[in-house]
Amino acid sequence: MSPEEASQAAPAAAGPSPSDAPAAHAAPSVSQAPVPSQSPVLSPLPDVQTSPGRWASEIAFPPRERYHDLVAAYKASGFEQLSDVTAVDYLTHPGRELPPGVEPERFEVVANLLSLSQTRRVRVRVQVPADDPVVDTLYDLYPGAEAMEREVFDFFGIRFTGHPDLTRILMPEDWEGHPLRKDYGVGRVPVQFKEAPGPR
Amino acid sequence: MGLEDLQHNFLTGRLEDLVKWARRNSVWPATFGLACCAIEMMAVGAADFDISRLGMEVFRASPRQADLMIVAGRVSQKMAPVLRQVYDQMMEPKWVISMGVCASSGGMFNNYAIVQGVDQIVPVDVYAPGCPPSPETLLHAILTLHEKIRTGAITRRGPGGTGEQPEQLAGWVPEEPDAVRVATPR
Amino acid sequence: MTDGTDGDMADDTIRDTVGDAAIDGDAATTADAATDDGFGRSGVRRAQRAAVAETSEGAQELSTRRETSPDELRREVGAVLRIPEGGVVDTADIDLERPTDETMIINMGPQHPSTHGVLRLMLELDGETVLRTKPVIGYLHTGMEKTGEELTYVQGATNVTRMDYISPLTNELVFSLATEALLDVELPPRAVWIRMLMSELQRVSSHLMWMATNGMDLGSTSMMIYGFREREMILAFFEKTTGLRMNHNYIRPGGVAADLPDGWEDDIEVICDTVLRRTYEYDELLTGQPIFRERMEGVGSITAEEAIALSLTGPILRSTGVPWDLRRSMPYLTYAKLDFDVIVGTYGDNFDRYAIRLNEIRESIGLVREIVERMPPGDYRVQDRKVTPPPRARIDESMEALIHHFKIFTEGFRVPEGEVYAAIESPRGEIGCYMVSDGTAKPYRMHIRGPSFVNLQAVPTMLRGGLIADAIATLSSVDPIMGEVDR
Repeated sequence: MSPEEASQAAPAAAGPSPSDAPAAHAAPSVSQAPVPSQSPVLSPLPDVQTSPGRWASEIAFPPRERYHDLVAAYKASGFEQLSDVTAVDYLTHPGRELPPGVEPERFEVVANLLSLSQTRRVRVRVQVPADDPVVDTLYDLYPGAEAMEREVFDFFGIRFTGHPDLTRILMPEDWEGHPLRKDYGVGRVPVQFKEAPGPR
Repeated sequence: MGLEDLQHNFLTGRLEDLVKWARRNSVWPATFGLACCAIEMMAVGAADFDISRLGMEVFRASPRQADLMIVAGRVSQKMAPVLRQVYDQMMEPKWVISMGVCASSGGMFNNYAIVQGVDQIVPVDVYAPGCPPSPETLLHAILTLHEKIRTGAITRRGPGGTGEQPEQLAGWVPEEPDAVRVATPR
Repeated sequence: MTDGTDGDMADDTIRDTVGDAAIDGDAATTADAATDDGFGRSGVRRAQRAAVAETSEGAQELSTRRETSPDELRREVGAVLRIPEGGVVDTADIDLERPTDETMIINMGPQHPSTHGVLRLMLELDGETVLRTKPVIGYLHTGMEKTGEELTYVQGATNVTRMDYISPLTNELVFSLATEALLDVELPPRAVWIRMLMSELQRVSSHLMWMATNGMDLGSTSMMIYGFREREMILAFFEKTTGLRMNHNYIRPGGVAADLPDGWEDDIEVICDTVLRRTYEYDELLTGQPIFRERMEGVGSITAEEAIALSLTGPILRSTGVPWDLRRSMPYLTYAKLDFDVIVGTYGDNFDRYAIRLNEIRESIGLVREIVERMPPGDYRVQDRKVTPPPRARIDESMEALIHHFKIFTEGFRVPEGEVYAAIESPRGEIGCYMVSDGTAKPYRMHIRGPSFVNLQAVPTMLRGGLIADAIATLSSVDPIMGEVDR
């Protein structure tokens, strides 16, 4: 399984390449992001919404019931590694952009998959409601999801069914509350500076 | 007990000086490197900023054998009880240098996770500011501690003071007075 | 407590059990197999989707094998990949009646002399052999992701840089790349090449630091001193360029904070020559030395399949034979234009990781030389008034410059709505930044995927069956930096 060489990447620099650039005052700029894979877009489950994304081949928006199936389908089609599982609390930003047909919820669990053979990434975003923050685990597909999902549970309170050890991982065991939720304060201690009135 | 009641004649005066000289020239630190400041502390232990010339290059892993705890890095809420336990296991006389702004005051992390200053947990002798403090700053802090040991009383436990301050102090004394040891519950 | 023979028997028993399972060689089972757990008292519930598996031990405890549940064991024993489909590790197979099932649970850390920060390892030992490991983390949790939501994009680099504190420029780079992807700006070439130069120097200094601490963990104090000696040269260059030895806050969204100083080519030339020459001294000191080789070869090995399943990246993945390096496979900045080799190991053991890192130092020195030759002239940051503060001299001349400066440093610049996951190759593996912006001047969500956080999942697999002395060496070769594990 050897990934393609960099020869697959078409040069994407806008303007002359830096190696032979004279002192140009019109500063040609270069793109820093990896060149997107030239293979066609995937959509292994056709009824799941997808949209193009930055630094990724596509972003999928499965409903919660199809999340596990979609990730399994991606895994079967060559996404061998799970890069990251994280979550976002959209409590104070409900009006975000979503494709049509995707209902926004309070939480979003985001999984980033990586294909080493096709050198491409895919992002899966699942909407998770606040009153029932439960999602399927990816541990059975990718054992590396274990620590990541524990972190999501620790910071957001989202539970993963089927996870072998869903306990707090970074906060102390007896901590109350989920710190990265938007209704959890930063916990700033007011600091009194000599000249400044009031807390900072 | 004992020595501060004695009048200082040439015999006891010299004994006290001898004790202080021995103590400050072989302060053995305990390994308490937590975060980025630990790397600068290791750099101080390495060749370029050698603390071996001060007799301090042996970082003792066991707190029972250590004299100095350099709290190098940010102390999180989960780590605070561990810090106190290690401090309690150290034998008298013991000193604490709070290295870096995170240990001194919480630093740039004024949030739920970081203890805002390690002096809320252990009494601190010298604060070394910086993020991270460069090795020269840490050496200055160590030499300030040496000066504090040199000018303090040898039995200085007890609520409040650092012992009597002599009128004339040599070279390394910083402008502000040193940290006053706070009374901590035993 | 046991004599040698009993210990051997115990080991054989364990290995036989796992070996049988390994012969089947099927993929990982689903966690929903078997509703009865063989103990009946561990409270494992496999009911509906609302139920969550509870294990018999809390996050900070470690029970002996007899008292724990199959789920917990399945995580540790035999590595998840060797458990056959549909089968739970039947703990009755493990011979619990043998006299030597007195195992010892010891606790390493969080304060311990192996200088890898505040990691706590709970080990279940049978004599000297490690049976189970549970890493407990969180002792350096700083709430940086929460802090990241309170700081503007301009300030964000100062926060992110303190996560992986051995290679701070790497954190800043991934944060800046994510921000620039959302801003949709392209940078002038010189900014990009300066970033590459600093990244590669950072890689050299990080690997030198690793060699120093790894040497010290194995007992070679000389290596510690040598590693820091080399590193001081690089840190002196960083101080000249960025102002700080560590936690530089140099790579910011929009470019870099300042141009390279005068005479930088000569400084780099000295660094390159010296470090390259000294890597051959390290070969003499360590690579050929029999004790070092015995301690590192065959220890802590992991297979490519396990590594990919556990989401490992970086030198650990490359040591198993997978030639995956983001600089080559998914090139960012302008790595596509540079010529370098990706160092790959074969056995996945500690020695391979050591050799990979040593040779990566050499490759990075070559890269640095190439970047020095090809460094383009020009601006070191993007000339967008809304993003980049104006030069200080212009503030006196132009009202507009003053206003821009004020706005950028008080309110910050606004970033359009969107989300991105940007990933680069740090010395430890793939570091990623998942950033969500809501149109304001502060990130809505800033998550850093720390490579060490994920690589620590390999530790139970690597330590199992080895000796406790090897535990230190193996943990050291995983190269965890607790700042980015705990964030």
